[in-house]
Amino acid sequence: MPKDGGIGASTKRREDMRFLTGKGRYTDDINIRGQVHAHFLRSDVAHGRINGIDLSAAEAMPGVLRILTAADFAAVGGIPCGWQVTDRHGQVMQEPKHPVLADGKVRHVGDPIAMIIAETYEQARDAAEAVLVDITELTPVLDMKAALAEGAVKVHDDLTSNLCYDWGFVEENKAAVDAAFAKAAHVTTLELVNNRLVANPMEPRVAVGDFESHSDQYTLYTTSQNPHVIRLLMGAFVLGIPEHKLRVVAPDVGGGFGSKIYHYAEEAAVTFAARLVGRPVKWTSSRSEAFISDAHGRDHVTKIELALDDENNFTALRTDTYANMGAYLSTFAPSIPTWLHGTLMAGNYKTPLIYVNVKAVFTNTVPVDAYRGAGRPEATFQLERLVDKAARELGVDPVDLRRQNFITPDMFPYQTPVAVVYDTGNYQATMDKLLEISDHAGFEARRAESATRGKLRGFGIAHYIEACGIAPSNLVGQLGARAGLYESATVRVNATGSISVYTGSHSHGQGHETSFAQVVAEMIGIDANQIDIVHGDTSNTPMGMGTYGSRSLAVGGSAIVKATNKIINKAKKIAAHLLEASEADIELKDGKFAVAGTDKSVDWAGVTLAAYVPHNYPLESLEPGLEETAFYDPSNFTYPSGAYGCEVEVDPDTGKVQVLSFAAADDFGNIVNPMIVEGQVQGGLAQGIGQALLENCAYDGNGQLLSGSFMDYAMPRADDLPMFTVDHSCITPCTHNPLGVKGCGEAGAIGSPPAVVNAVIDALQRAGHAHVTHIDMPVTPARVWAAMNG
Amino acid sequence: MYDFELVKPASLAEAVKAMGDDGAQALAGGQTLVPTMKQRLASPERLVSLTGIAELQGVSAAEGRVTIGAATCHADVAAKAAAHYPGLAALAGQIGDPAVRNRGTIGGSLANNDPSACYPAAALGSGATIVTNTRDIAADDYFQGMFATALEEGEIITAVRFPVPQAAGYVKFAQPASRFALVGVFVARFADGVRVAVTGASNNGVFRWAEAEAALSGDFSADAVTGLTVPADDMIADLHGSAEYRAHLVGVMTARAVRAAG
Ligand SMILES: Cc1cc2nc3c(=O)[nH]c(=O)nc-3n(C[C@H](O)[C@H](O)[C@H](O)COP(=O)(O)OP(=O)(O)OC[C@H]3O[C@@H](n4cnc5c(N)ncnc54)[C@H](O)[C@@H]3O)c2cc1C
Repeated sequence: MPKDGGIGASTKRREDMRFLTGKGRYTDDINIRGQVHAHFLRSDVAHGRINGIDLSAAEAMPGVLRILTAADFAAVGGIPCGWQVTDRHGQVMQEPKHPVLADGKVRHVGDPIAMIIAETYEQARDAAEAVLVDITELTPVLDMKAALAEGAVKVHDDLTSNLCYDWGFVEENKAAVDAAFAKAAHVTTLELVNNRLVANPMEPRVAVGDFESHSDQYTLYTTSQNPHVIRLLMGAFVLGIPEHKLRVVAPDVGGGFGSKIYHYAEEAAVTFAARLVGRPVKWTSSRSEAFISDAHGRDHVTKIELALDDENNFTALRTDTYANMGAYLSTFAPSIPTWLHGTLMAGNYKTPLIYVNVKAVFTNTVPVDAYRGAGRPEATFQLERLVDKAARELGVDPVDLRRQNFITPDMFPYQTPVAVVYDTGNYQATMDKLLEISDHAGFEARRAESATRGKLRGFGIAHYIEACGIAPSNLVGQLGARAGLYESATVRVNATGSISVYTGSHSHGQGHETSFAQVVAEMIGIDANQIDIVHGDTSNTPMGMGTYGSRSLAVGGSAIVKATNKIINKAKKIAAHLLEASEADIELKDGKFAVAGTDKSVDWAGVTLAAYVPHNYPLESLEPGLEETAFYDPSNFTYPSGAYGCEVEVDPDTGKVQVLSFAAADDFGNIVNPMIVEGQVQGGLAQGIGQALLENCAYDGNGQLLSGSFMDYAMPRADDLPMFTVDHSCITPCTHNPLGVKGCGEAGAIGSPPAVVNAVIDALQRAGHAHVTHIDMPVTPARVWAAMNG
Repeated sequence: MYDFELVKPASLAEAVKAMGDDGAQALAGGQTLVPTMKQRLASPERLVSLTGIAELQGVSAAEGRVTIGAATCHADVAAKAAAHYPGLAALAGQIGDPAVRNRGTIGGSLANNDPSACYPAAALGSGATIVTNTRDIAADDYFQGMFATALEEGEIITAVRFPVPQAAGYVKFAQPASRFALVGVFVARFADGVRVAVTGASNNGVFRWAEAEAALSGDFSADAVTGLTVPADDMIADLHGSAEYRAHLVGVMTARAVRAAG
């Protein structure tokens, strides 16, 4: 039994008391004396030329301090992109300008045109209505394939076309892949869409800019998953503020799911404006604004093909994907359909030859970037739908076809044909576990029971792999990242033994304050309540890269382990001095330093006090104090994997799909807090099922968002979801980080969409609808009905 | 939201008077009007709140009729009409979520006449009478297409009078996001025949389905409507379903509503 508060214990989340009792301190709770309010006038057309902006009436409105347009930002930089992809011909991607406010042209509904700063929010909105913008509407570019056609209207006039890049991976394999297809015994082909999503965290984005003229010090309070990244991008690339004069604070943040990674124009605008107007400037996004200004996710259109030999072995895989970038490149957008997608196309299978082509395209839509899973859900969805389809075409059990082609435990470390090396895994074990926890054996009986009620029951499976724990800096540097992806920690031990841990990770729902404390408590052997985790403020945490890509424990936790080990090593030296023993003989156990083989010991607080009151202390060889910083740069990604099973019932009269049960058997490596892991998986499953059945960010032919509010954008609700069966007892520890952990934040959203769609297809096929081989997400009642009656 | 003045009359007479001013608009539960104002799509200068007026509140039953005060919230109808008109109470209990049901009112719903709202189906399907401060309006005359009603400028709905049928049922197929009716069908069997009202489906708002009424008046069973179809021509087509899909659902939901009526 793990000790409560130590590694392996389902310790209750300490942050929840504050969140559940309304004591959280979110960015919108920050109100600075003298603060004024900003409102952004946004484009209501998808594509247009700005002929002129008349501010005169608006500037005369009550309470208005200043109205800014692109011209006011002429001297500052544009919003930078953090990743440069090189295409199959060795060309770097086309990188359009991304001005803080629309300059000359508007490129999507929601593109900010003017920033109105007034004493109150309503005054700013009133004035926005008096701003006269003269726009000539242009034909919107919406369909990705049409956008690439010869002579297509261009989103960015100064680029040669709407193509951001044409990426081939691995380009050298292309000929061999084509040759393998030419001699395949069977080829399965699938065309599909990975639907565009809006992240919709519970807390919309907020930014408050502040400037102290006496010290030239800027502060930005913002809803960010990575305050240091924002400080670097905004300080160095947009506003030209050196780091020591810019503090970025991301306090409690109410969910991000990727959408709060990026540096957004509003952050730069409020910071810039705070100096200009000499007052703190606050902007709080409305929900409607979030729909048209938060980066969206997914939006891929793919054709994928699988070649098999006459014994049903996968011999080659080929994909052709169009990835929507939207109107501008969001911070990490170029990396999602490439390095976070193409590298995962091997899945859990030993397919020897793979070629991935991705064309990234500019359109007059909101920029697209990472959303929970980022690239990996797109890869998994294609592959796991395809393998299912292949099994049906060949008349074999989809479970058996997967098993036959799995990478086997003896093959690790496994070099895939798409660059990455899987360190560990056991896919047969997770598949076995799934079949057990989902009572697969009892499915036929349950199906018969459904049939008595006129319902069509189906079972769908998906096995996923993901690469997370992002990432080895030198590797991602070669791949085009303009940042390192290490993580940092400072462990500050106080005189009486309590500890403050400053982490570069950022918690916005993940429970770091609890699980990170568990790690340190376990290592030192003290009560977790003696340890606080501090994050989110660049003024007191070491330079860190933040939280996304299921990296916090695997990378941020490893930095904490490194720093804590430094603390322990120094503490042992102090203990050795106090105990008049040799350092080599000192053992740390349960918060006590003892001399091996004796009953001589000194407790934790005795050592920490000596460190800060160094009366009896080896001052000649050791500095006083007990505070250490460590940076950890991983040597590889981590590779969580798992088997997901979904059981659905389809109502043949309406096409409505009900998810009856969902089981997840994951291998996350070692587990620090099983309860938090289960919560992460459940949340991911809810989002994945939401993508599969409900969520659809759709534009009409004019580039207007059809699903621009919760009245039309269907978020999953509790009664859309079954109780989940979540298991993470299959453990193959990660081999290259000190905790042996892999990360669990995205898995649920990665593995679940194909499992759901496979289940729906299974139900329909079993009911005799043989012609229904695929339905695009979201699998709405209307789409199922249309497919059944098509 | 633009600035506005809020008045809280204590009686219907005061409310009628307050509504006489330019730019005045009735406010009931605010579940539609307030979000519209927040989006700056409505800009009333004066809101006349109806929910504090005692004579507009409550559920009463007499002589085979149930009368519901216009400012009665959905949750109250669900609870208090259950003994007198279970089919109506069940409909009220399916509207929105608990917060919406404790704020939104029957009068607000009927005045707004959203093409996907539930109450219009009950009012038309029951052959209810919409009572206003000036007159009685038969449901058959009241609904005049999407968001359009027989109400005059400044006219206030005070109550809705429902004749209680022998049996009634409402089944809605929820639009996945809003959970308003993608298609909702209310059937009511009276001694002199069956009424069938369909909401959510048509570009012309709530409507009566004459073929189904005729079939069910002869044989009040789900089988009686099997195979009946409504033309898809005038059906709503949007992100959530095509016109054909909605037309199909009208048949399915009608059969289910008959079963629900028992
Ligand atoms: C999240 C959500 C979910 C919902 N789900 C459903 C659903 O599933 N089914 C459904 O049917 N409805 C649904 N609704 C609508 C809701 O139930 C209310 O019926 C609707 O908002 C109108 O009622 P109200 O009392 O809020 O009216 P208000 O918003 O106050 O007013 C609406 C309009 O009616 C006018 N008005 C109000 N009362 C009177 C009166 N007595 N006389 C004359 N004019 C009047 C107002 O001036 C205004 O124009 C939902 C609403 C929300 C916000």
